[in-house]
Amino acid sequence: MMYDTLLSRKVKEIKPSGIRKFFDLASQMEGVISLGVGEPDFHTPWLICESAIYSIENGQTHYTANQGLFELRKQICAYMERRFHLTYDPQKNVIVTVGGSEAIDISLRSIVDPGDEVILLQPGYVAYTPCVELAGATPKFIELTEENQFKLTPELLEAAISDKTKAILINFPSNPTGGVMTKEDYAKIVPIIKKHQLIVISDEIYAELSYSEEHCSLANFDEIKDQVIIISGFSKAFAMTGWRLGFTLANETFTSAMNKIHQYIIMSAPTAAQYGAIEALRHGEKEVQKMKESYEQRRNFVVNGCNRIGLKTHLPQGAFYIFPSIQNTGMTSEQFCEELLKEQKVACVPGTAFGEAGEGFIRISYAYSIEHLKEAIARIDIFLKNRKF
Amino acid sequence: MNQEQLLSLLEKNSRYDTKDLADVLNETEEHILEAMSEMERQKIICGYHTVINWDKTNTDKVMALIEIGATPEREYGYDRIARNIYRYPEVDSMYLMSGTSEFMVIIYGKTMQEISEFVAMKLACVEYVKSTATFFVLKQYKADGEILEEAEVKEERLIVTP
Repeated sequence: MMYDTLLSRKVKEIKPSGIRKFFDLASQMEGVISLGVGEPDFHTPWLICESAIYSIENGQTHYTANQGLFELRKQICAYMERRFHLTYDPQKNVIVTVGGSEAIDISLRSIVDPGDEVILLQPGYVAYTPCVELAGATPKFIELTEENQFKLTPELLEAAISDKTKAILINFPSNPTGGVMTKEDYAKIVPIIKKHQLIVISDEIYAELSYSEEHCSLANFDEIKDQVIIISGFSKAFAMTGWRLGFTLANETFTSAMNKIHQYIIMSAPTAAQYGAIEALRHGEKEVQKMKESYEQRRNFVVNGCNRIGLKTHLPQGAFYIFPSIQNTGMTSEQFCEELLKEQKVACVPGTAFGEAGEGFIRISYAYSIEHLKEAIARIDIFLKNRKF
Repeated sequence: MNQEQLLSLLEKNSRYDTKDLADVLNETEEHILEAMSEMERQKIICGYHTVINWDKTNTDKVMALIEIGATPEREYGYDRIARNIYRYPEVDSMYLMSGTSEFMVIIYGKTMQEISEFVAMKLACVEYVKSTATFFVLKQYKADGEILEEAEVKEERLIVTP
């Protein structure tokens, strides 16, 4: 039987991930040194692990409320107030999700209908386009440029809006560029969002990893706060990727709509992870700051090292990625990464994995030790010198 | 120059190249060298030691913690007594403590016998020392922030992820 003929049209139309190809290639090789990982190298702080283990020992192994443990929602609201000056009600505005990934899915599915357009920024995280398509909407892309430090400008936004535009999905600090939007940058686009009554899905998973200034959210602008759905979680800041725990913050209507989907497809996020997260928010911030300091040091190290060997990169202000240009090599991003992998066994991700606007760039993750980064840079240096770049 | 960050980096790994430290802290190599020399001069940096798990070597090495009770001296308090103790090379570390005893001393020796002799023959005889209590270390789990016993954790992360 031709099983592929039985698949849904939507699924068949989803393009294969550009990252998958590199994963397959790299995982077959011995001695590869990777710069391709989008998750922290730190282990989850022990105080968080211990709390989750204790909850299991205590028999707290049942479903929780659909929206998540009330204590966790309270802690999330207190944390958002404390860290980012955002006020939310734990009863009405929060859903604890299975990672930021579920949050992206349920936020999109709760607001779009077929024919609606959702604006996406490119280069952008790999899951956004398929999630928009699976939700039945049409993605409309804005290409961000290196000259603008990969920021969203009012001109670009205005030009992308049509009668069909329902929402815009943004992600600052950004994976893959490390770009951020400051309060001043956002102030320029707030009137456009208000005028067109756009819903903003704001993926702020890297909010804690903002280096030059305090993270600002579009929800910090009162006039559009209710139009914003914040997506965040514990994966990056608290080094809890494998725990799969995120959350949404939104007005009561959006929250209740998202919760309709969440309750049927998920029921509730893993209970032990929720207990761990309560401890993370109560007592884990010191650990977060230590990890942040370390990321910032690694960022400096890798940016200085890359610029020295001729891999030109600006100093990104957030997340744990740099997005250097390889345009002077005359190679495509894929070519560059493939040859670098085969010749020097260094795995980076081609910029095109994050959309066509990523052509001419590669993504380097610096969630690695200094020794690891040093070895990788030395290998890239040899690669470039062999080609006399 | 962020002095605290430089010290934290060196505390974790005193073998960092100054060039790498300069890149990490966005400084010049010269600035790093100057800062380190200045801190060495001021005795902020007191040495560049290595954390060793002696249990894994064939070397005989015994560690003991010793509580020392002492009576303070007029004019000098505890400092002169301390000096008369820490000058012995067997004394690795020494602290003035709150609590029941005045000092806590860490001593290394080849055998328990050697340490016992040192305590009885030297430490206990120091003027103004009135008591000692010796605690031999049977196993060291963690030293200077490093876990000594756990096997190195394998890289569990996938090689490329979004």
